[in-house]
Amino acid sequence: MTDTDVQLQPRKKGLTRRQKRRLSRGAQYAVFAAAVIAFALSADWGRLQNQFAQVDIAQRMFPEVITLALKNTVLYTLSGFVFGLVLGMVVALMRLSSVGPYRWLAGVYIEIFRGLPALLIFIFVGVAVPLAFPGTQIVGGTYGKVALALGLVSAAYMAETIRAGIQAVPKGQMEAARSLGFSPARAMVSIIVPQAFRIILPPLTNELVLLFKDSSLVLFLGVTLQERELSKYGNDLASTTANSTPILVAGLCYLLVTIPLGFVVRRMESRSQEAIR
Amino acid sequence: MSRPEIVIRDLHKSFGDNEVLRGIDLEIGQGEVVCVIGPSGSGKSTLLRCVNLLEEPTKGQVFVGGTELTDPDVDIDAVRRRIGMVFQQFNLFPHLTVTENLTLPQRRVLRRDKASAARVAAENLERVGLAEKADAHPSSLSGGQQQRVAIARALAMGPEVMLFDEPTSALDPELVGDVLAVMRMLAREGMTMMVVTHEMTFAREVADRVVFMDGGVVVEDGAPEQVIGAPRHERTRHFLSRLLDPAMAEVEEGAGDRPSQGEG
Repeated sequence: MTDTDVQLQPRKKGLTRRQKRRLSRGAQYAVFAAAVIAFALSADWGRLQNQFAQVDIAQRMFPEVITLALKNTVLYTLSGFVFGLVLGMVVALMRLSSVGPYRWLAGVYIEIFRGLPALLIFIFVGVAVPLAFPGTQIVGGTYGKVALALGLVSAAYMAETIRAGIQAVPKGQMEAARSLGFSPARAMVSIIVPQAFRIILPPLTNELVLLFKDSSLVLFLGVTLQERELSKYGNDLASTTANSTPILVAGLCYLLVTIPLGFVVRRMESRSQEAIR
Repeated sequence: MSRPEIVIRDLHKSFGDNEVLRGIDLEIGQGEVVCVIGPSGSGKSTLLRCVNLLEEPTKGQVFVGGTELTDPDVDIDAVRRRIGMVFQQFNLFPHLTVTENLTLPQRRVLRRDKASAARVAAENLERVGLAEKADAHPSSLSGGQQQRVAIARALAMGPEVMLFDEPTSALDPELVGDVLAVMRMLAREGMTMMVVTHEMTFAREVADRVVFMDGGVVVEDGAPEQVIGAPRHERTRHFLSRLLDPAMAEVEEGAGDRPSQGEG
């Protein structure tokens, strides 16, 4: 469909439904094409390539960008995820507790840590914790601090996810377990939580992706050369080479992990859709 | 009646302002099979759930095998091991295989070792005729098969009493028979059973006693041929006539009470 069609059509009164649909679709394609062309013409590709796609600089980054930076990113993410999962589980169970103060405390925790930017938590862990408890060292040095900061943030989100998962397990499951003589705690561990985790596997994996990106905030803790992760590594190299190629490479390394993970999440989601009884 | 296995005394249960049970007194002897019938909302399921304390009674006492369940200091988990329960919705554990459904409770609750739990599981699957489904997942079974696994799971714990909460109500009609056959077998073996059901044929053939409940009280309690065959109370007659001839229900409501049709 060409632009002339688009202009001619409205003159006639009383378009058929098919004509209207064609008109609308044609207009959408036209706007899209115009936007792409405008963008391509206005950007200075030469300079962009100069600044972001210097092959020799990119080549110099290997293998360190993988063996050091990506490895550290993964380590930070996983340690934060594990800590957050454990803490989130505790908070979720507190939220579902029959003891009022536990519920209240869990609610406050979730509201605070969901409401604060992750960056502030990192600064808090880096500055406030050493101040508040002088002389104490967080176990594991930087790794411990990152696990703590990422864990504190993700625990708030995961607690809500886990709580929803537990509540999504049909009530009859707990009743069946209790009728067989399970204590409430044992029924929770053996029967309810395993089912809850199957339900929340997709949102938990999503949380892992979010953490993977948030691990870049390590930047604000101050790290040694050996502790640098993707963002810090790329940023440092960008300033020493006075070129932004390392940033692009670091970004591609993130996508290397997040895109397959996202694919896995979608697979799990469609499978759990099918599995609904 | 031999030594009473289940004793219920002056049982009351309210949900908020709604008084569902208004003083139930009932004794069930060892080896006795009692069917509880009644219209929906009559409190029969609530009564059954009070017997293993899935519902906490508001007032009154429940004894099973001589132990008072309503005693606040009783070890309820220990008492429940002696009381098997079968639910309308089966409530199998979907994340476990059929065998695991039977072995996990034995291992976790009774602390049986792996081998004997597996042996007991196999025996009970055999009893309900599902030995070949041992490794299947519950979701791959028909409703009738799931319910029989649920019965086997309860039996694997070695209960002295079995409670059935409308065990066939969620089943397609052609699958009801297999489940009832298993229950009939249990009754013959001398299991003490309390069955909430709408299966009048089963009640008539298998039950030693039939209890008719309405409005949170026991209206009629006696031999099946008496309660179902020749009910004394108008409310029982009314209920049975509607159950036997549901198509008449509307006419009946418009025309007011009419005499029971007996039931053939």
